[in-house]
Amino acid sequence: MFLRGNAACPGCPIPKELDALLEVTGKKTVLVVPASCTSVILGDTQGGQPATIPVIHSAFAAAPAIASGVASSLRMRGEEDATVVVWAGDGGTGDIGFASLSGAAERNENILYVCYDNEAYMNTGIQRSGLTPYGAWTTTTPSGKREFKKPLPLIIAEHRVPYVATASIAYLNDYQSKVRKAKGKKGFRYIHLLSPCPPGWRFDAGLTVEIAKLAVETGIWPLYEIENGEFRLTSASKVLVDKSKRKPVEAYLRYQGRFSKMTPEEVKALQDYVDKMWEELREMAKK
Amino acid sequence: MLIQKGKALALVGNHAVAYAVKQAKPQVLAVFPITPQTTMLEKLSEYIDNGELKAELIKVESEHSAMAAIFGAALTGSRVFTATASQGLLYMTEMIYWVGGQRVPLVAAVATRAIASPWSIWDDHQDFVSKRDAIWVQMMGENVQDAYDITLMSFRISEDPRVMMPVMMGFDGFILTHTMERVEVLPDSVVDEFLPPREFKLVDFDNPLGIGAVATPDNYARYRKKAMEAMERAKMAIKEVMAKFEEITGRKQYGLTECYMCEDADYLVVGMGAWVGDMRVAVSRLRERGKKVGLLKVKVFRPFPREEVREALKSRKGVVVFDRAYSFGSGGVLSLEVKANAYGLTTPVHTIVAGLGGKDVRPRDIEGTLEDLIEGKLEEERWLA
Repeated sequence: MFLRGNAACPGCPIPKELDALLEVTGKKTVLVVPASCTSVILGDTQGGQPATIPVIHSAFAAAPAIASGVASSLRMRGEEDATVVVWAGDGGTGDIGFASLSGAAERNENILYVCYDNEAYMNTGIQRSGLTPYGAWTTTTPSGKREFKKPLPLIIAEHRVPYVATASIAYLNDYQSKVRKAKGKKGFRYIHLLSPCPPGWRFDAGLTVEIAKLAVETGIWPLYEIENGEFRLTSASKVLVDKSKRKPVEAYLRYQGRFSKMTPEEVKALQDYVDKMWEELREMAKK
Repeated sequence: MLIQKGKALALVGNHAVAYAVKQAKPQVLAVFPITPQTTMLEKLSEYIDNGELKAELIKVESEHSAMAAIFGAALTGSRVFTATASQGLLYMTEMIYWVGGQRVPLVAAVATRAIASPWSIWDDHQDFVSKRDAIWVQMMGENVQDAYDITLMSFRISEDPRVMMPVMMGFDGFILTHTMERVEVLPDSVVDEFLPPREFKLVDFDNPLGIGAVATPDNYARYRKKAMEAMERAKMAIKEVMAKFEEITGRKQYGLTECYMCEDADYLVVGMGAWVGDMRVAVSRLRERGKKVGLLKVKVFRPFPREEVREALKSRKGVVVFDRAYSFGSGGVLSLEVKANAYGLTTPVHTIVAGLGGKDVRPRDIEGTLEDLIEGKLEEERWLA
């Protein structure tokens, strides 16, 4: 609808995720895209334009600051009904762009920041990021990553911004309702989308939505929102506080080549990590 | 700080630039504090806080974000401004190239300062000249009045349809930023006429564009060539803007360069920035003693005034260039530019590397160097260190 053809890999959810976002935010959206897969997906179109909205391509670490400038300028133009969206990958968000992200969140800039998280530097060919999960193979962690994923949505929530949510392409209604809620708010809003990557995660390109669904069902990717500090599980994640309702993480890992070298001990370590995370989520849901 | 007396004020350089910025009416600013620029940021904050300037000041968390924020705001149609120095300029360098590559009209002031390490808060030009390949127009002020004037002219040059390029206004840290001088400021109404509201915007919902997308090698090379052509066109635009400014101020602005006592000079000293004032003193003293010396001031560093410099160098017996920045393994940066444009001429060009990290240079140092040049005792490169 908004994308007029693109250069995404087979099975890549990014075009659909972006389209679903723009369907809600509408034609008065400015997209700021730092270096990432989307730079390529929307790229190489000199003389053309892949999207029907203004797109500003950005240096890696600069997107939240550029968006701050766009938002200020729109305010001075009296066009506050427009939505300024940063559309960034996990590296641009959690690693190189973290300072400018934190700065924009602290200033409560009027920006909707969406991180589509494919859990590694996929644009440059699958190198580990701060958001790559424990145990995952990447080209720079050939025997599996030894550190756990940076808990970015919670770190952003600690900035006391009006809205933070997680989402998944497998739960489109949940995702779009969160975008709608975010659009209706002013100030800094953050949505973190888990974005399965067939070549990077080593799974069949036909399984993208299935993998995204398993991430939620096993509890490794909880769906929630934090609205003005109030935490709430959403959609399929609502019932998963009960451990018996969660599938074992192994059910998620086994379809993905990136986890194929994990030992049973490592799988257990990851399961323990997920279980502990859910204890924390339970406490947050009680408050 | 302001002592109002007609249209003349007593202002330190940072406040003179801030005053010019206020009169240029930018809608969005983003500045991160760094010595010796900080008091400019403070003055701009005051203007916005007390309503004298109706603008948003984005209190960014770094210089990288300062340049990024005004980039976004400029694309969205606002007149914008930022300022920095030294490490801050280095930290925003990625975005300086990004802005230059996109040919976004905007203005940045640089209170020039040495680059670490070791730490130095004092003045030299190493920061300013390190941006010479970033597709920016770069101009240097000689005194506080010049800094005020160049700031106003920068906005107009930047937004000139023939240029459409960012402009960097350099002025020497502390020597100008913190020195109070008499400054003639223009009435607001005159500035309004000189700088009509900006019309450039690329973020347009009716005509959406992709800005800065991936380019094929053919397109990339073509864009770079267009930038080269725009730089050449900028020379004409800068001269015209300066002529217009002369007209409304009655102040002589000259052009890309300025020649002082050049006509019959056998020997020339070449410089850029605040110490050109000391060079005037040195040249005047030597003239009093009958020495035929002159001064060539480089006012615009990019686009480099190749034709003017070459013309000024012709049939001189000797030229000495004063450099406050050095390209290690090669030579003084301004000297390299001058030498490149003396290619094929017989004029010998000497280099004095001085004033690094704020090391004091006085008119008598310049005088002595010129005397050595006249007596044939000056080596090709000399460091006053």
